[in-house]
Amino acid sequence: MTEPGTAGTVPRMADQATFATDAMQYAPQLYSGALRMTRNKADAEDLVQETYLKGYRSYHSFTEGTNLRAWLFRIMTNTFINSYRSKQRRPDETDLGDVEDLYLYKNLGALQNSSVGRSAEESLMEMLPDDEVKRALEDLPDNFRLPVILADVEGFSYKEIAEMLEIPIGTVMSRLHRGRKAMQKALHEFALARGLVATQETS
Amino acid sequence: MADQTSDGTDEVVATRDCSETLRELDVFLDGELSDEQQSAIKHHLDGCMDCLGAFDFHAELKIVVREKCNNDEMPPGLLSKIEMCFGTDFDGDGTIG
Repeated sequence: MTEPGTAGTVPRMADQATFATDAMQYAPQLYSGALRMTRNKADAEDLVQETYLKGYRSYHSFTEGTNLRAWLFRIMTNTFINSYRSKQRRPDETDLGDVEDLYLYKNLGALQNSSVGRSAEESLMEMLPDDEVKRALEDLPDNFRLPVILADVEGFSYKEIAEMLEIPIGTVMSRLHRGRKAMQKALHEFALARGLVATQETS
Repeated sequence: MADQTSDGTDEVVATRDCSETLRELDVFLDGELSDEQQSAIKHHLDGCMDCLGAFDFHAELKIVVREKCNNDEMPPGLLSKIEMCFGTDFDGDGTIG
């Protein structure tokens, strides 16, 4: 079909032709991820579009049989870091404050376990409204938000996240740990504000 | 492997106390421990309701976060906007994309 050499660096049509079929199924996940990253719909839409366009252009470099979803998220994460994050950089991203381990469990767990006929999942599902969980995640500074999105929402492994963010695995783990704790603190505060949890301290 | 009796409490290497177990909660729930480490944790959880409660809570919290942060509806026109890109020569270099 093609002479050796003529394919050159031009993306092969065969690859591009299957891109839509292969990749479009991940659009809803990418969009949710983009929304958590950018925190607004217009930017999220742009980010997803840009991700697909970049993916389309470089699809010839994708190794078939490897994880396409991870490949797309890697493109999206890079794009976000390079072109969106700078718009909304916050002065001190490392200052998350110190939150006690098992924060939410200690503050909500007792209440949750006392509810009748509880399934832990059901009651947490009910106790934490969607928009509060989203906000608790979106309020995290970028450095912590990205690992939490990639691990807890998207289910990527430490190794995949380390590659996407170009940071060591140990850093992924510590940011996840701190980010999750900060998120739990925010969830607790939202619950307090709704009057769900008594403010009294139990010892 | 020698007796690590500096604090006089540890008996066998394979068993874990509550603080060691809780320290590995994240990594355990993320499925990133080795099989051996994982069974040491499970072994502790079998006999410790306190730790089990904490692990269960966080396992469920993970599910809640995942479900609630992953259910956004895509804007109606987005898919077709993306698909339109796939046929367009944006930079005018004669190739698509």
